[in-house]
Amino acid sequence: MPDSAEAADIPQAVLAAPAALTARGLAKQFRGFRAVDGVDLSVAEGSVHALVGPNGAGKTTLFNLLSGFIAPSAGQILLGDRDITGLAPEQIARLGVARSFQITNLFPMLTAREHVELALAGRAGQGFMFWRSDRLLIEHADRAEELLASVGLEHAATVPADTLPYGQKRALELALALALDPKVLLLDEPTAGMGAEDVDRTVELIGRVRAGRTVVLVEHNMNVVASLADRVTVLQLGQVLIEGEYAEVRDDPQVVAAYLGEPDAAH
Amino acid sequence: MSIAEMARAASGTTRGGAAERAAGARPAIRWLLLAVGLTAALAMPWVMYPPIAFDIACFALLAVSVDLLLGYTGLLSFGHAAFWGTAAYTATLVSLQTGAPFPLAVLAGMVAAAVLSVPIGYLAVKRTGIYFAMVTLAFAQMIFFLANQWRSVTGGENGLVGPARELFNMDLSDPFFFYYAGLPFILLGLLAAWRVVRSPFGRVLVAIRDNPSRARALGYPVHQYKLGVFVISASLAGLAGGLFAISHGFASLQEVYWTTSGKAVMIVVLGGMGTLWGSVIGAYLVVQLEYFLSDAGFEEIGIVTGSIFVLVVLLFRRGIWGTARHTLEKLQRRRE
Repeated sequence: MPDSAEAADIPQAVLAAPAALTARGLAKQFRGFRAVDGVDLSVAEGSVHALVGPNGAGKTTLFNLLSGFIAPSAGQILLGDRDITGLAPEQIARLGVARSFQITNLFPMLTAREHVELALAGRAGQGFMFWRSDRLLIEHADRAEELLASVGLEHAATVPADTLPYGQKRALELALALALDPKVLLLDEPTAGMGAEDVDRTVELIGRVRAGRTVVLVEHNMNVVASLADRVTVLQLGQVLIEGEYAEVRDDPQVVAAYLGEPDAAH
Repeated sequence: MSIAEMARAASGTTRGGAAERAAGARPAIRWLLLAVGLTAALAMPWVMYPPIAFDIACFALLAVSVDLLLGYTGLLSFGHAAFWGTAAYTATLVSLQTGAPFPLAVLAGMVAAAVLSVPIGYLAVKRTGIYFAMVTLAFAQMIFFLANQWRSVTGGENGLVGPARELFNMDLSDPFFFYYAGLPFILLGLLAAWRVVRSPFGRVLVAIRDNPSRARALGYPVHQYKLGVFVISASLAGLAGGLFAISHGFASLQEVYWTTSGKAVMIVVLGGMGTLWGSVIGAYLVVQLEYFLSDAGFEEIGIVTGSIFVLVVLLFRRGIWGTARHTLEKLQRRRE
């Protein structure tokens, strides 16, 4: 867990680091509408990289492109040196890119622990075992409970995910992504709809799990961006408006006009 | 409401995984049900016309195979007659041509169904919902026309009459005895289906049914899983179809006709999707009802079974078993 002094050093270290995830000229066109329009993005290994921008800027589309859920109309995506353009979501997940969803996206019939067990079983290559009892998955119970505890869900292991309050569903999303032990973590608005206390916990958690990982974050809450992100990319109308550290980006007149012009959003 | 959502609603509220099941008091009830079911299976030929008893067993396995797709994966196959019928013809042909003991002939039928299901499944699993149903139906109709045209092999509308049933020089032509010779294979098929449902693979299937994109984000190749369960399902349908043909000593176009696929789906929905037991109960009721109606000289059986089907879909979406379980769970919760 990096303390604050180390955290302040990260940007310098990060600038020198090779790119974990790169987008080149990435574009997605929906019936003539360019949701993502030629985005170049380079996410340094080990950094926390935030994508911000007003609604409709193309952040979630960009996420769907990076995680393979939609195929780009043009451009290229690299994971390290490897071209992952056009790979299926499950292939990208298996290469070490885990994502969470903006709209809570869980399995209504499973308990919180079963969710995490399912993710762990997939990594362990047990998913196709149709001849074994599903009691096999109990072997992941300890690790699952550990992961649940790390997101503050230790009390909810046997609760059907359907009945969890909203903030805890978001936390379970995060636990699921972490269960894949990804190299790159794509978090789509991890604190959306959370109360202040849950937001603080989530920020603290992301600060903890970023060690040894690269995190790409779509986030509207600028306090979260300020406290977590090494780099910030501002998107507008599917294009990169500006990229830099939070402080530079925040003060950029273009950004102020496009997005942070709403004083409430800036702080 | 999509097919997957219907299947989820029918198969119950939170099923509870392995850990929750182990902790609960449910196992006792499960063993009791199993004992009752086995006793009923063994007693059937004593209390009813034995060929009908074996028809019930075969259709129970066919329906369970359809339920693997419908109830546990959210895929409505409207083409399982292709696998049931292909196995029926194959088993009859093998038994005619080689004189192999009937289990081997049935095994050959099962293999034929499995092989056929690979290309069909490969193309079908790329679609969901009603499109999946249409693709499976279209392929099944192709098999039907093939069986109809290829008279030299299938006998066309005359069908294919098989040899006398025997095993190790034991005469099994009496349906009463054949029932007990064939039942173990049906039970093995049901056991296999149960194993699949209660396996890590089965857990992934339900996850895919409820939220395919989330399953993909967890790294599960959804198409491969669907193809896997499609082949397993077709094999079990083939096992049932092969046994059915051997038990009748006859394979006919009826076996590959779309009404057989429809009957299987009807049994599953009537009994309760995603319940396994429901398919068995549903098979008993539908086969018995059809037999009763035809015995009474009633011609339009489809009108009666079809009307019951519509009523069940409208009034008890969970089916017989699903509704019973749901009611019991509600009562239990109220007591707590």
